[in-house]
Amino acid sequence: MSETSFFTSRLDEALGWARKNSIFQYPFVTACCGMEYMATACSHYDVDRFGAGLPRFSPRQADVLFVVGTISHKMAPVLKRIYEQMADPKWVVAFGVCTCTGGFYDNYATVQGIDTIIPVDVYIPGCPPRPEMVLDGLIKLQNKIQRQHSTGERPAPEPRPEFS
Amino acid sequence: MPIETTNLTPLDETAGLETRDMLLNIGPAHPAMHGIIRIVTKLDGERIHEAEVEIGYLHRGFEKMAETVDFNGVMPYTDRLNYVSPLINNMGYCMAVEKLVGITVPERCHYIRVILSEISRISDHLTCVGASAMELGAFTVFLYMIKAREYLWDLVEKVTGARMTVSYCRVGGVKADLPSDFAEPCRKAFEETRKVLSESDALLTRNRIFVDRMTGTGVISAEDAIAYGITGPFLRSTGSDYDVRKDCPYAVYDRLSFEVPVGMRGDNMDRFLVRMEEMEQSMRIVEQALRDIPPGPVLVNTQTGHPIPAAEMVDLAKVGNINAFSGDSAVTCPTLEGSSRSQHPSIATEEKRVFLPAKEDTYGNIEGLMQQFKLVMFGHGVRPPKGEVYFPVEGANGELGFYVVSDGAGNAYRVRVRPPCFAIMSALPKLLTGDMIADMIPTFGSVNMIGGELDR
Amino acid sequence: MNNSELIESVKSHFPDAVLSSHSYRGDATVTLREKSLVEIARFLKEDPAFQMNLLVDVSAVDYSTFGKRRAPAFFTSSGVAVGPDSQIPDEDPWPGPPNTRFTVVYHFYSIAHKHRLRLVVPVEESTAEVDSLSSLWPGANWLEREVWDMFGITFRGHPDLKRILMYEGFEGHPLRKDYAVKRRQPLIGPVN
Repeated sequence: MSETSFFTSRLDEALGWARKNSIFQYPFVTACCGMEYMATACSHYDVDRFGAGLPRFSPRQADVLFVVGTISHKMAPVLKRIYEQMADPKWVVAFGVCTCTGGFYDNYATVQGIDTIIPVDVYIPGCPPRPEMVLDGLIKLQNKIQRQHSTGERPAPEPRPEFS
Repeated sequence: MPIETTNLTPLDETAGLETRDMLLNIGPAHPAMHGIIRIVTKLDGERIHEAEVEIGYLHRGFEKMAETVDFNGVMPYTDRLNYVSPLINNMGYCMAVEKLVGITVPERCHYIRVILSEISRISDHLTCVGASAMELGAFTVFLYMIKAREYLWDLVEKVTGARMTVSYCRVGGVKADLPSDFAEPCRKAFEETRKVLSESDALLTRNRIFVDRMTGTGVISAEDAIAYGITGPFLRSTGSDYDVRKDCPYAVYDRLSFEVPVGMRGDNMDRFLVRMEEMEQSMRIVEQALRDIPPGPVLVNTQTGHPIPAAEMVDLAKVGNINAFSGDSAVTCPTLEGSSRSQHPSIATEEKRVFLPAKEDTYGNIEGLMQQFKLVMFGHGVRPPKGEVYFPVEGANGELGFYVVSDGAGNAYRVRVRPPCFAIMSALPKLLTGDMIADMIPTFGSVNMIGGELDR
Repeated sequence: MNNSELIESVKSHFPDAVLSSHSYRGDATVTLREKSLVEIARFLKEDPAFQMNLLVDVSAVDYSTFGKRRAPAFFTSSGVAVGPDSQIPDEDPWPGPPNTRFTVVYHFYSIAHKHRLRLVVPVEESTAEVDSLSSLWPGANWLEREVWDMFGITFRGHPDLKRILMYEGFEGHPLRKDYAVKRRQPLIGPVN
């Protein structure tokens, strides 16, 4: 890890704070998780209060790619292309268990986890995940963005909480 | 050389400019919230000459998976077909298998299924109308409708335990009975939904922009719609009044009085109005059903007058004191909701080879234990006779049919879903041709394409 | 018209085309020879007593492992599959599948008369070809493309028979019984 002085670490923190509170998401919505995504984004479980309320439907203008719903093999090249079109810094959230591991669609048509194609930052399992889980995942993503250095280097994973 | 076209304005004709069609690819990743689809359009300026639709981006192999798991195990897969109205899919599949096995379910179970199907239908129409209004710029209506949908989902969660993917029906019944305090939250939820519907109506129905964009676009005639196999609100907006609930009634729909709204012109505005009215009719159905439903489970203990806890019953059974509790009902923990003897007469069919026994019987006598084993052991389970059936229900988009073939094994031999929006999507090129590119938004929104159902 | 009248009427109009018929669980079903499919379908659509203007569904069934003990899909080492043998008896049993590998199943409905009919066309594995109904019902276009995609049955006279649910270049026909459910054919990414 590079040496950080007082100024660069303050800068990193400021950048992290600014980035985490202004998330422009690209909701790559395919399937049922899209309904829970809509529920999270709307008034009841508002995601706008986290600064993440404005979806940008162009990959060039977005920084977080929310992959919501099952990805089939037919759709996989499209997903990869969208990911490659996004500009750094970018993060990927695997929303729903179909994107984490393929879910219970263990068959010829489904990608068994999008981390086989693109790197993933936060996994939100659930079929579909409750909006509270989505918000928890979003907060974890925000913590990750906060800890990320301005050089773009990915931080180490959060230490596991200790259960007594 | 000017291209010969039939719908040129006089200005273009006199100008004699050379024109060439432009190919525009829309999707598969696109902003509309409905699903992943690819439309390749050939445009002349803003007007669509030809459109080709490519689907299959969400094909998850439902029909193949249904052959690998047993009949009750298909339930979660059916939830994810039309994921905005999962209870209708559950019900359709269960009724198809029940028809194949040849059993009937108790009347209260029919009423419960009807109530939850109609609630699902309302949430489907809310999502469809809300999302298509949002795409036209009416973001407020979307937020209002999702708010109403949250109330309905709270209701569904009270009954089934899950908001969306519920897996509530079982072959031969439902998972558990309605909670005893269902009527009051239901009434409140409907009050809120009616408020939302009247607000959205005030915002949209006579809104100049909305009316201009929706009227006259995406027009299809009734004969064309029938030729494509279109059913449901889409067909009813063109003038034909085919509704599976009225024409081929199933469950208890023949006892409930409701109207089927029918449009006239077959354009997007008619579809919007048909869906808004259908939501009101669905609420009417649920209210009638709650009034007419036969009474529910009664917890009875024949000896002491109150039911005994399940743990006590198991202890008595272990020491062999079966007589102390025979005929009594147990209070089980919430995760075993629906498995106690008190609920069984109202939610389960009597056919022993299909539905799990009451927990009191599983632990209390050998017949119940065998019934449990025969249904739960790998390779056993529900084993219908050899045969094929087709059972249609009225899905939110049209006739949702299940064609089930069985060869006597524990899992289905073939399960085919007749998806209602497949037919509508096959007619989409016809709907889009001749309209402008901006008319594609309301047309595609009113199609209510659900990827899970279209591609399965 | 009720089920028996439907079946009798079809049989009387096309005596040599109908192979068998039944009304298992109240669904009127007619099994017919493949070459008279279009003729009978046109008759069903245009005859005023039938008026079956809605082609509800076109699908196919692969009967190659019907009645045979199937290996479990998920627990390959346990091998405890119970052979197909229904526990629930049937007083009026189903006649059984035809002895060809595939059948193509058509469901029709009449909106005016509110009656349904199912046509079953047995298809041999060697030829795997049926006439297309897309000239009579435009909705049959996509349904037949799906049957081609999933089963590999071609339709003569279909304007554009190509894959609809799987990607172009996919090998095999997934719903056939000899296609393993867990076989991986990714377009990009690893085979896992």
